[in-house]
Order: sequence, then C-alpha cells, then structure tokens
Amino acid sequence: MEYESVIGLEVHVHVKTATKAFCGCSTQFGNQANSQVCPVCLGFPGTLPVLNSKFLDSAIKVGLALNCTIQEFTKFDRKNYFYPDLPKNYQISQYDLPLALHGFIEINTNAASKRINILRVHMEEDAGKLMHKDELSLVDFNRTGMPLLEIVSEPDLHSPQEAYDYLTILKSIIQYLDVSDCDMEKGSLRCDANISLRQIGEQRLGTKAELKNLNSFKAVKDSLTFEIKRQAEILGRGEKIIQETRLWDAKELKTVSMRSKEEAKDYRYFPEPDLTPFLITKEKIDKIRTTIPELPKEKALRLIREYGLTEYDAGILVLDRKDADYAENCLMSYAPADKKPIANWLIGPLLSEAHSLNCGICETGVSPAHLIELISFVEKQQISHLTAKSVLSEMVKSKKTASLIIKEKDLIQISDTESLQGIIEEILNANQKSVQDYKAGKENACMFLVGQVMKKTGSRANPKVVGELLKRRLSDA
Amino acid sequence: MELYELTCHELLSKINEEKTSSQQIIRSLKDRIELTESKVNAYVRLNINDFTCEHTHNANSALSLQGIPASIKDNICTEGINTECCSRILGGFKPPYDATVIQKLKDAGASIIKTKTNMDEFAFGSSTENSCFGPTHNPWQQDCVPGGSSGGSAAAVAADEAVFALGSDTGGSIRQPAAFCGIVGLKPTYGSVSRYGLIAFASSLDQIGPLTKDVRDCALVMNVISGYDSKDSTSVNRIVPDYTQALINDVTGIRIGIPQEYFIEGIDPEVKEIVEAAIAKLTLLGAIHKPVSLPHTEYAVPVYYLIATAEASSNLARYDGVQYGFRSCQSRQSLLDMYKKTRGEGFGEEAKRRILLGTFALSHGYYDAYYLRALKVRTRIKEDFDAVFKDFDCIITPTTPTPAFGIGEKSKNPLQMYLSDIFTISPNLAGIPAISIPCGFTKKGLPVGLQILAQTFNEEMLFKVAYTFEQNTPWHLKKPKL
Repeated sequence: MEYESVIGLEVHVHVKTATKAFCGCSTQFGNQANSQVCPVCLGFPGTLPVLNSKFLDSAIKVGLALNCTIQEFTKFDRKNYFYPDLPKNYQISQYDLPLALHGFIEINTNAASKRINILRVHMEEDAGKLMHKDELSLVDFNRTGMPLLEIVSEPDLHSPQEAYDYLTILKSIIQYLDVSDCDMEKGSLRCDANISLRQIGEQRLGTKAELKNLNSFKAVKDSLTFEIKRQAEILGRGEKIIQETRLWDAKELKTVSMRSKEEAKDYRYFPEPDLTPFLITKEKIDKIRTTIPELPKEKALRLIREYGLTEYDAGILVLDRKDADYAENCLMSYAPADKKPIANWLIGPLLSEAHSLNCGICETGVSPAHLIELISFVEKQQISHLTAKSVLSEMVKSKKTASLIIKEKDLIQISDTESLQGIIEEILNANQKSVQDYKAGKENACMFLVGQVMKKTGSRANPKVVGELLKRRLSDA
Repeated sequence: MELYELTCHELLSKINEEKTSSQQIIRSLKDRIELTESKVNAYVRLNINDFTCEHTHNANSALSLQGIPASIKDNICTEGINTECCSRILGGFKPPYDATVIQKLKDAGASIIKTKTNMDEFAFGSSTENSCFGPTHNPWQQDCVPGGSSGGSAAAVAADEAVFALGSDTGGSIRQPAAFCGIVGLKPTYGSVSRYGLIAFASSLDQIGPLTKDVRDCALVMNVISGYDSKDSTSVNRIVPDYTQALINDVTGIRIGIPQEYFIEGIDPEVKEIVEAAIAKLTLLGAIHKPVSLPHTEYAVPVYYLIATAEASSNLARYDGVQYGFRSCQSRQSLLDMYKKTRGEGFGEEAKRRILLGTFALSHGYYDAYYLRALKVRTRIKEDFDAVFKDFDCIITPTTPTPAFGIGEKSKNPLQMYLSDIFTISPNLAGIPAISIPCGFTKKGLPVGLQILAQTFNEEMLFKVAYTFEQNTPWHLKKPKL
C-alpha cells in the first residue's frame, strides 16, 4: 500500500523584546535562575498584566511577512492548566480571535516553488523551566512571561524534507525581520509536528500523532521519517492509528507515546478579563508594513535579476540576512560584469570555510574587499585556483590579506616563458619515456610532464603557460 | 464628641486648625476598638498592643487625607503587611508591593492601619460568615450579619472603629454591607479605580470603593483613589473630576427612574415602605420620578454566578502551594497530591463551591451553553440601563430586599444567600457606578439602604442626589449603641 504523509507544524518563536510580554522584567537569556522576575510574571495575587506594545508590533510584522491578514479586532484568552512552571496556573494566549490568519510561505521542492499555507499566528506568554534534581524539582521563572509567537501551518507538508525546508524558510524570514534569534539551542525557536498518513488519492485526513520534544530541524526530519515508517507499518497490518502525543527520543531515534487523546487536557479557554479586547488600526498595520525589509524570496529574485546569479546560488546566499548582505556587498564591489566567478567563490570555498567554523560567510573575518583582492590574483593568473583556496584558508586563520600571504610565502606564479623554458628542458631530459609516449599519441603524458614542472616549482608555475610551452616544445622536436 | 466619632472632613479641619493630630486620632481609634471590637470582630489578626499605622506625609493639599487613618479590606495588597483574603490558603502572605489605591492613599498623606478588615473568604459571600477568622457582627444588632463581603470594613466604619475603609465590590460587596450597617458605600464605574493589587475574585466585575460615614467623605476618598493606572489595562484614561464639586444640595429637575422589576414580591414590606418614603422625600426636594423597566433584571443573578465563578475558578488557580501561602504538610507523594491536599485544606466551603461551579461552566462542551450565553445576556442587561439613561439622570432602588439577617440564618442555604445581592449585581454586570446611603431604620432598629445608579462615569450624579438626600435627612447621624 502506498501512503501519502500529511504534516502540519506548530512553531513557537521567542520575540526579541527588551522586556517580557506583560511586565517590565528583562528577557536576557542565560542569567542566574529567578533573577529576572517580578510580582507580575510570578503571578502574585493582585497583580495584572500589561501588554508590551513592542511585542504586538513584532507580531504584526511577522503576520504581514507571512502574508497573513491582520485581524482588526483581537483579544487574549486564558488557557487553564495546572503545572508548577506556570505560576498563575493559566497561560495568557489567544484562542478564537488570533492576531493573524490565513498566510503562506513558499518553499522550493524539486526546483519548483510550492506554497505552504499558514493557518494562524498568535501571541502568548512562555512558561518557566523545570529542573529535576534527585527528589527535588526546581523552577526557574526567568523564562516565564517571555513573549512568544505561535505559527501554525496548514497540513500542506508531505515529506520530512518539506517540513525541513518549511522550517528553514520560516526561520530565514523571521530572522530577516529581526524579531527573533530563532535559536533552537536557546529555546527561542521550538517546533511540534502533527503527522498522519492516508492512501494516495484519499481526501480525508488520517488519524494524527503530535510529536513533541523536537530540539533541532534534524530532529523534526528524523522524527517524521520514523513516524511515517511506524504509522505505515501499523496501517499495513490493517490496524488503526491511535490519536496521541508522542515524544521524540533523540538518543534512541524513536518516538514514544506520552498521552492519548482521552487524557488530553481541557484547557477551559475563556477571554482574559485583565486585558480588554483591542482594535488594530489600518494606519498601524500600514506603518508596520513599511518597516518590513526585503525578504529572502524577493532578495533572491533581485540577485538573479541584477547579478545574473543562478536560482540555486541565489537561494543559498539569501538564507541568512547578514550573509546575504555580505554577498551582495561582494557582488557589488566585484567589477567584472560576469558575476559568476565571485558567486562561485561565495558558495564554494568561502562557504566551506564558514561551515568548518560553524558560522556564516559574513563571519569568517574576510571582508568583501579582501575576497575580491584574492580573486584578482587568480584572474591575473598570478596564482592558481588551488593555491588561492589555501590562501583563503590562511586568510581566515591568520586574518592576513591575500597579498601579504602571497608575498610572505612567495606564491606568485611563474608565468614568464624564459624562466619556465629552462625548467621544461630539465624535465624533458629527465623524462624521455614520457616524451616518447606523447609522441606516440598518449595525450596523458603531457599532463604528467606538466605535473613534474609544477612539482619542480613548488606549484608556483602557471599550469596553463607550462602546458602551452610543453606542447609547442614537443611538437617542435 | 470623641475623635473616633468624626468623619474624614471633620478630622481634616481639626488637623488644619491644629486642634488634633494623626497620633491623637489613632489613639482615639485604638481606645474605641479596645472597647467595642470584642462585640464586632471587624478586624482580623488584631493585636491591640500593636495597633499602628503606616504614617506618610504629603503636602499636596488638593488631594489631602493628611493624617487620616484608613482601614483596608484583607484582599487589598499592602506592602509588608499580611493580606490573606481571610483564607487559610493565603496564610502568612505579605505582598512585596502596595496596591495602587494604597500608594495613592499614602501619597495623599493617609495612614494605613496595619490590621486589615474582615471579609468573606476571597469576597465569596454576603455575610462575612465565610471568613477563616470567624464572622463579623452587625454593630446595630450583634446577632445579625453586617453583610458582605466587605462586612469588616462596613462594621468598622459603623462602629466608629474606623474613620473610613476601603472595600471591594464584585456583585454588591460594598453596597450591601453599607446598607446593612447604615453607612455610605460606593461601587465606582468599572475602570475608574485601579484594580492593581486587589486580589482578584472576578476580574471583569471587581472594583475597589470607599465605605464612609457620609457622602462628603465618600467624595473625598474617591478624589484620592480614582484615576488611570498604567498597571491596570482595564483602567480608563480620563481626567478625574473633583468629586466634592458635585456635593450640591439641590435635586431640582433631576429625573429619577424607578425600575418596577426591583419592587417585586419577596421584598421586605418595611424596606419597601422606607425606600418609597425616601423617593417621596427626593420628589419633595424637586426631583421627578417615573417608573421604568429593566426587563433583563431576572437574569442578573444567574448570569452573575456564571461569569463571576468562571473567572474566579481561573483567578484562584494560582493558590497551589508552590510559591506562597499555605501548603499542606500532608502532601509528600506527588505533585497532584500536593495540589489536591493544599487546595482541599486551604479553601473554605464557599470557595470550593464557586471554583467547582466556574470550572464546570468553562468546561469543554458547556462553555457555549453557559459562559458564552451569560456574556450575551450581560450585554442585554447593559443595554437595559443605556436605554433608561437616555431619559433619566439616575435610577433608585432598595440596596437589598431585606435588612440585615441573623448570623447563621442563611449560611446553610447558598441560594438564599445569593438572592441577598439581587439588587446590587446588575450594576457590576453593566459596569455602571452605584452608591448605597442610609435611608431609614426598621422597627427593630436595623438600617435600610437606598441604592442610586447612574450612567458610566457619572459618579457626580450619585454624589449630588445622595448629598441632597443626606442634607435633608438625619439617618447618617445615627450611631449604634455598643
């Protein structure tokens, strides 16, 4: 039996604000436990929440960037459940009138663009963090009341890779907006996945499982892959899927049941009476719209149009906003009309340097001007491409410029025929067999001789010039 | 006259003329409390040897309560001073902050009495019998309840154990005890007094307000405590008028609506007679009255008990033994066990009843039928008032259907108890201001309250009508014998 997987993602994003969603406490990450708390976020009796207007502005910005309709009339609701990391034992969230509805983003699958619809974006407050130590459970309330956005996709994703791509693009957009770090390690981006299977051609949705504890994009992909296999096996046996919440175990690489639908909580949502419903004016929305920068998709299209990049190159370069700015800076400063050489450097050698440092291409310490200088040595045939790659590594390590490194290591190519001819004669004398082979029609023998010249000169000879000189010399003789 | 018998404005002029001091007033109150408190039990956690005030000094004479002691209900947060809502579950809770109203009183130079006034646990009740510190007694007849939930505040003012007091009113908790104790009690317009620091019962209905010996004191206290507060998103940003400017002894041409739905069967005949006489008196003073209709009145009590308990069930969820207050020492087994035992032992009967009711009303599958429908009817009730206020300046009703009832008389019958608030609930649902002033006494010597209602933010109309009535009647001058 062939099944189609149907996946929807719920993404929680910490919004970067100086203070928490409903009080004046700092939102800084990583400080001493319970050092960023006040009576309001601790839910002390008599305290009241006041909405952080920056939180609202950022939420509207995200809604607009995700092509949602911002709701003119919106309100907060209480989601009631008992847990020690939730000091009021209810979470201020949004239920039936969320801030933003019906948006979409585009992901690239098999070279085609695919639209993934977004059901809703709503605002809520984060809970605290529990830590268990032997018999004791401790709570850190620093995270309590941090502003969160929940972004819920429609079940439009049909493979773990699509889910991965959706998250990548979503993260990219949000980072462009500068409203969140989207750092999964710091918990500023979290994701739950809903997944069900159905027979191909079937319209109705199958019974879903909700996957939690997905701590990286890879975990999302791996858990979905596992879950598709698990569900397919169950269906293949003619059994039914149980609707439940399952936890991803990243060590064992499997999902395990956490609670079934019957055990699901009744959150008893009702309108938050401490925060009155409010209207968002068209003027406000329009004003915030003007603060939205060029987003990755538009930026990629522009790079293709203005610099003649391929769709693939542009797609890679725009994912991170700072990297994209860096790349554009390079493209602009690079004088030749054909930008392909520098694009190749950016997504080739520079990107692999960045990968090995686990940073972005803008963070390797190589400025656009220095990169262009390096490339110019290659273009003037003063160093080989291979040498240039090792010079780049050296630039990243030592923070020196290409010219300095080339000078220090005496790497300039020998291109003048006079000095090369002497070396060539030496090599020809020492390798008479190869000369014979070449004359007998073995083209490869020439390559071998070039290699010998390169070896002799410590890779400094210009291989192109050597090749030409060799061929001329061999056909003369 | 002893100092403890005087009103705020009388004491303020004495202080101004340097005829007395804040210290002397406190001493006088302390003497009075020593004499009468055993009969009244208006205060909780009282240690008479430690009966002190937090003194503050402020030169701002325009908003001055300089040197006047303020008695505070046990559900209004006072920094460093126990605030327990008369509930075991908040035992020992000392807030690290002042409620906005307390800050405002301090800024105006008032002295905050460190001993709080008694109340029904979490303001759940109409008799102050649901207090973990035992009931307060009505100063007029000590076998009767003082009303509730601000029964301690009302009894303290009536018994001259307080110069004035703050209470909170969710469905009548200021006005009903004010009526039962023969004093003035105001529930301000929702949003005019900050709720920051008021321990929530039902957030969309709660308002803090004054309980005072006369109408002028009520206006003086309102001048101090009302106004926008950025810490309370439901407080309204508007300029606060000087309410004493509304104290004008003239009701000529004032149009009074008399809602027929409030003069129903079951109302005590004496109460009816006294209130009708009061209306006649106002007519004599130049006001015009006509019957009006508030057709959705009969739904007020059920709507109130759905909305108020639903909100309360959520507001009281935080009392779980984790951070503050009481934690059951029997709870060692599991988290759920700690929750159950702490809440089981910490809350009183009425609190548990309301939490259960509210939890049920919000449950999946019942929300639409109960809570959502109640919200819709609430809108109808508000529209009833809006319609009447198109043609009338104010509405007058009895504050309560009966005078104070006996201690223990209704405590076994919650539904009977809930009906005690039948006339006071609608203004909370509609958000409009309402005042109760004394308008006579029954033959047994129990006070009867007159309730005046006006349009949103028209407290001035209440003060004008109430002041005129007071200036032309002797009821506010009567004192209980203790």
